Amino acid sequence: MSTLVLVEHNNHTMHPATRNTLAAALELDNKPTLLVVGHQCSEVAAQAATLAGVHAVWCVDNPCYEHQLAEQISDLVVSFASSFNAILASSSTYGKNILPRIAALLDVTQVSDVSKIIDANTFEHPVYAGNAIETVRVLDNIKVMTVRTTAFNPVTKAQDACCIENMNQEFPAKGSQFVKHELSKSERPDLGSAKIVVSGGRGLQSAEKFKLIDDLADALGAAVGASRAAVDAGFVPNDYQVGQTGKVVAPVLYIAVGISGAVQHLAGMKDSKIIVAINKDEDAPIFQIADYGLVGDLFELVPQLIEQLKNR
Amino acid sequence: MKILVAVKRVIDPYVKIRVKSDNTGVETQNIKMAMNPFDEIAIEEALRLREKGWATEVVAVSIGGESSQETLRHGLALGADRAILVRTDRVLESLNIAKILKKIVDDEKPDLVLMGKQTIDGDNNQTPQMLAALLNWSQATNASKVNESTGHLEVTREIDGGLETIKIALPAVVSTDLRLNEPRYASLPNIMKAKRKSLDVIELESMGLSLKQHVEILKVNAPATRTGGVKVESVTALLNKLQHEAKVL
Repeated sequence: MSTLVLVEHNNHTMHPATRNTLAAALELDNKPTLLVVGHQCSEVAAQAATLAGVHAVWCVDNPCYEHQLAEQISDLVVSFASSFNAILASSSTYGKNILPRIAALLDVTQVSDVSKIIDANTFEHPVYAGNAIETVRVLDNIKVMTVRTTAFNPVTKAQDACCIENMNQEFPAKGSQFVKHELSKSERPDLGSAKIVVSGGRGLQSAEKFKLIDDLADALGAAVGASRAAVDAGFVPNDYQVGQTGKVVAPVLYIAVGISGAVQHLAGMKDSKIIVAINKDEDAPIFQIADYGLVGDLFELVPQLIEQLKNR
Repeated sequence: MKILVAVKRVIDPYVKIRVKSDNTGVETQNIKMAMNPFDEIAIEEALRLREKGWATEVVAVSIGGESSQETLRHGLALGADRAILVRTDRVLESLNIAKILKKIVDDEKPDLVLMGKQTIDGDNNQTPQMLAALLNWSQATNASKVNESTGHLEVTREIDGGLETIKIALPAVVSTDLRLNEPRYASLPNIMKAKRKSLDVIELESMGLSLKQHVEILKVNAPATRTGGVKVESVTALLNKLQHEAKVL
């Protein structure tokens, strides 16, 4: 068994999800290889090499990979796929964009959002917005899969850096060209890996009032999330969305404020350890899964909560 | 320019699904079905591109049983020009769906294929990328904005940290995110008109494709259920519980 893990990064820093994906890889194979593709990404390769359990890091550093377009990464990975039995990436927008393309080029299936590895061929993953768990056996020789990062504990231990092999193969993205990024800037923890997440919904009423959620998050050192309703209403950018079509989170503490708890939202947070709901509607579905529910006006309760957290 | 839009019939997104007691799948008998919401967005985008004069024809295609005709009729009522059903009762995995769609693309020669980013049943988010790979075309997934131009498209994609804009040469495959547009409703006259539009049915077996099984579904289980806890009276009580009982603060 030999496993390749695609490392998600921005050419400077390794995305924390790599640690979770590595944990999944280590369940398949005790000598996984990490692949870092980018431009001037040697720092990332160095970070990857010190993660406990990594056998080797392959680093492909070339200006053509600056923006890591799906077409070129797929061609590159396919060029050396025959050395591997499994190819993994996190089920982020990065992994989802690239891995199905790799699988199709290899004429193999791809398993999405793997939440449990049963054996080298058998995997569990959620379907129907997390309302069913499907167990599948892959019949192909190469297993290509994206990993639900919240289902695997991140590798946090370090090791002495393993060998970094620099390779240079150029695969220009023929038909695609990067134009620009518009990234949300935030000082807060990353939503996907935060220990505490505070999310706001339609109940916040406006973008101005949504700042209350930011204040609560700051008092807790938490990341900020949102329901689709809050995103559609323009209170916050899309990448805050927690749910079936947004991000899946599983923090230690999830506080849902002014969120009714539609199936599509629950899909993204119901594996949180402790769920708190603050809502004025005592029949809101969110209370059916919340460990602690507080019924009342969020505009009174949240400021009180912030005040008491500050005085602790 | 011709646009092919792939649509799927799925359980209506507002239905609470039930796992079958023999764990072979999910109950679909006598359950309300609908067009996959992301595919409705794909149809809407195709219609807007036609209304701008960029596209001249919008063809909807679906793969599935006889009842998928209803889904295609819905697409025609929204405004698609004609429809194709690849009829089969087989349960198909994404790679085989992509192979069937590739055959349709080879025959129809569209300039653009628009598809939903994922279906809300399988939640795989694979078929558009796989189709692009098989065709050796460019891809733009999770599109929240599509700007048309001669010979290429500028597509803004939703990514985890925000947005990314890329320029892709045609022909290409674009998959739609929720934010791309607000799909229209089908009006009664358009529903009536849709009944007269062409809907070709092709039997999957007649397409001459050799589709291999790559994955076997062993079982489908209901997830561990989570039961509601307690309601607390005040913010102070909540903080006490979080601190001393749950020990998460």
